[in-house]
Amino acid sequence: MQLLEFQAKELFREYGINLLDSISSTNIEDGRKHAKELGYPFVIKIQVPVGGRGKAGGIQKCQNDDEFELKYPQVMDLTIKGEKARAILLEKMADIKKELYLSIFLNRSKRCYTIIASAEGGVEIESVKNQIIKEVGLGDVSDELAREVAKEMELEGNTAEQFVDTLKKLSKLTIEKEAELVEINPLAIMQDNTIMALDGKFVTDDNSNFRHPELQQYQEKTAIEEQAEKSGFSLVELDGDIAVVGNGAGLVMSTLDMLSDNGGKPACFLDVGGGATTESVYEALTLISQLPRVKGILVNLYGGIVKTTVVAEAFLKAYENNLIDLPVFSRLKGTESEKAKEMLQGSRTNIFDSVEDAINAAVMGIKK
Amino acid sequence: MTDIFELLKGKPGDSDYEKKGVIVQGITGAYGSLHTKQMMAYGTNVVAGVTPGKGGQKFEDKVPVYNTMQEAVDATNAKISIVFVPAKFFLSAAKDALESGIKLLVAIPEHVPIRDTMEALDLANKKGATIIGPNTPGIMIPELIKIGIMPPMPFKAGKIAVLSKSGTLLYEISDALTNSGFGQSITIGIGGDPVNGTRLIDAFEMVKDIPDMEGLVIVGEIGGDSEEILAQRIIDSGFNKPTVAYIAGRAAPKEKRMGHAGAIVMGTYGSAESKVSMFNKANIPVAKRPAEVPVLLAGKMEKSD
Repeated sequence: MQLLEFQAKELFREYGINLLDSISSTNIEDGRKHAKELGYPFVIKIQVPVGGRGKAGGIQKCQNDDEFELKYPQVMDLTIKGEKARAILLEKMADIKKELYLSIFLNRSKRCYTIIASAEGGVEIESVKNQIIKEVGLGDVSDELAREVAKEMELEGNTAEQFVDTLKKLSKLTIEKEAELVEINPLAIMQDNTIMALDGKFVTDDNSNFRHPELQQYQEKTAIEEQAEKSGFSLVELDGDIAVVGNGAGLVMSTLDMLSDNGGKPACFLDVGGGATTESVYEALTLISQLPRVKGILVNLYGGIVKTTVVAEAFLKAYENNLIDLPVFSRLKGTESEKAKEMLQGSRTNIFDSVEDAINAAVMGIKK
Repeated sequence: MTDIFELLKGKPGDSDYEKKGVIVQGITGAYGSLHTKQMMAYGTNVVAGVTPGKGGQKFEDKVPVYNTMQEAVDATNAKISIVFVPAKFFLSAAKDALESGIKLLVAIPEHVPIRDTMEALDLANKKGATIIGPNTPGIMIPELIKIGIMPPMPFKAGKIAVLSKSGTLLYEISDALTNSGFGQSITIGIGGDPVNGTRLIDAFEMVKDIPDMEGLVIVGEIGGDSEEILAQRIIDSGFNKPTVAYIAGRAAPKEKRMGHAGAIVMGTYGSAESKVSMFNKANIPVAKRPAEVPVLLAGKMEKSD
C-alpha cells in the first residue's frame, strides 16, 4: 500500500527525520482548531495517494482566517486522478534555500535496494537531474557511503552532516518497515541551513504485512475489497460496466485488455486465484453483485483440470438465490464443457469456446 | 550460467539420465500432496518429501518423508527441490534446502515478502544454486519432467522455449502454440513477484543456446523493467531465432496492483507502452491477444526461412 503524506511523515517523525510542524484533519471544525494552534502562514495540503497534487490545486498557501475558510473546503472537494481527499494537512510555511531529492527504493531488475539522490529536487523523479545512484543490497547504508553521497551532491559542513544523518535514518526506516519505496521530495535546505523533509512518500511490501501490525492502521480498504481478500481473491474496482472475472492475474489482465480493445469498459478486475470451484465462483458473483454500475459479467476461466460443470453450478445457484440477475458471458476451458452448456441452457449465462467470442457477445449484449 | 538442461535431465550415460530426483518440501500439505501426485503422474521422479515432524511416513505408500532437507538429500542425493510451504515459512524452507546442497529450487508460494526472497537469493548465489520463483507455476520440459503446478494438457514436446511471468497465461499461450503445431522444448515460469529468483534475462540466458530451438516466446506483464532489459539483451547479443512477445496489462490503471505483487505501473516505470516499444525496437512483434502468438510466430519463421 501507498501511505498518505501525513502517514509517511508520522513514520519519519518516529525515526527522527526533521519535519516542519503540521497537523492533519478530516473536517473544517478540527481544521480551524489546528489553524489556531499552528498560526499563519501555513500551507493546506490535500492528502491523496497519488502524485501531481500541486498542479491540480491541492496545495494552497494560507495567510489568514478568510483564506482558510475559502480554501479548506475547496481543497477538500478536489478529486485528483480519481482520488478524493482522505484528509487535509496543515503545515507551517517553509523558508527554503534549496530543494534536494532523496529516495531508497527496491530496484527490481538489480534485485537490491538503491539510493537515488540529487541536489536538484522538487520536481517529479522522471525530471530530476544529475541523479546519484547507489546500490545498497538489502538497504543498509554505511556512514561512509552516506558521506560519499553528500559529497557528490556538493553538500558541505553542517548541511552535509544533517544529510548523512537523514539518509541513515531513511535506510533504517526502509529496512525495519520493509518498504518498497521511501521518498523525500523535496528534502529542503532551509534558510537557517537545517534540513527538512517537506514531502513524504512511502510504499510498503504488502506481502510482509503479517510482520507489521503497526502499519495496518494505514490500511485503507473498502468493505468489498476486504471481503475479496478474505476469500483469497484480488479485486481492483474500475469505472466501467462489465465485471471481469478469471483465474490468474495474467489471464484477467489479458481479458481486460481484450475487452478494452473491443470497446468494452471493465467494472472490475477480479482474480479468483488458481483453481475454480463452485464456492469460489459463487463468492466471486457475490462480490460482483455489490459493485455499482455492473450490467454484465465476463468470465474467463482457464482450468486444465477444472470441471466446467462445477462452475455452471455456481451460476445456476446465483440465479436461483437471486444473487444476480445479470447476463453472464463466459469462456470456460476445461473438461465436460458440453454438459455445462446443457446445464445452463435457458439461463442468462452464455458459454463460449473462445474468449474473443465471449468478449464480443458481452460488448454487444451490454450495448442493447 | 546455470545449465538448466543438465540440472533437469542430466547427461546421457548418467544412471539417472532423464530421471532426475526431485524432493518436495511441504509434501503432506493439501496443496503439496495434490501437486506431488500430479507431478508423479506426469513422470517426474519424486524421490523424497520433507515435512518437519512427519519424518518416517511414506507418501502414497511410496515416497519417503523426512523431517529435514539434509536427511532427504543425504538419502537421495537429489539436487532439485520444489517448495509448497506457506509464504511466511518460505525463507526457512529455502535456507534448509540450499544449505543441504540443493542446486535448483522451485518456489511455488505466492505472497513471500520481498526481503525473504532477497535473503534466499543471496544464499543461493553463495551456494551456486538457482531459484525459480517465488509465485511461479514452475518449470517443465514437456513430456519429460514437470516441476510445478501446471496442468499437463496445454503442453507438448517440441522446439519453442516459453518464458512467462504469469501462470495461467503460460498455459493459455502454450495451449495456443500446441494447437498450432508448436510444441515446447522448455517452459519457465518467472513468477509474478517484484523480485524473481530467475529474471526474464536469466531465463533467456538459460535457453538461448538450445541447439535445436526454433523459436522463443516471451510472456510479460506490466510492472518493473525486466522485459525492456531482455529486449535490450536480445538486441545486443544478436540473438536471431524467431521471437514473439505478449504483454498483459495494457488496459490496467496506474498505481494499482493487478493481482500479482509485481504487476504495478508507477509513473511510467513498468508501463505496457514502454515494454511494447522496446520489443518493437528489438524487432520482436507483440501479440495483442494470446491466440495471436502462434500466428506471429509462424510469420516470423516464414521470414527467417
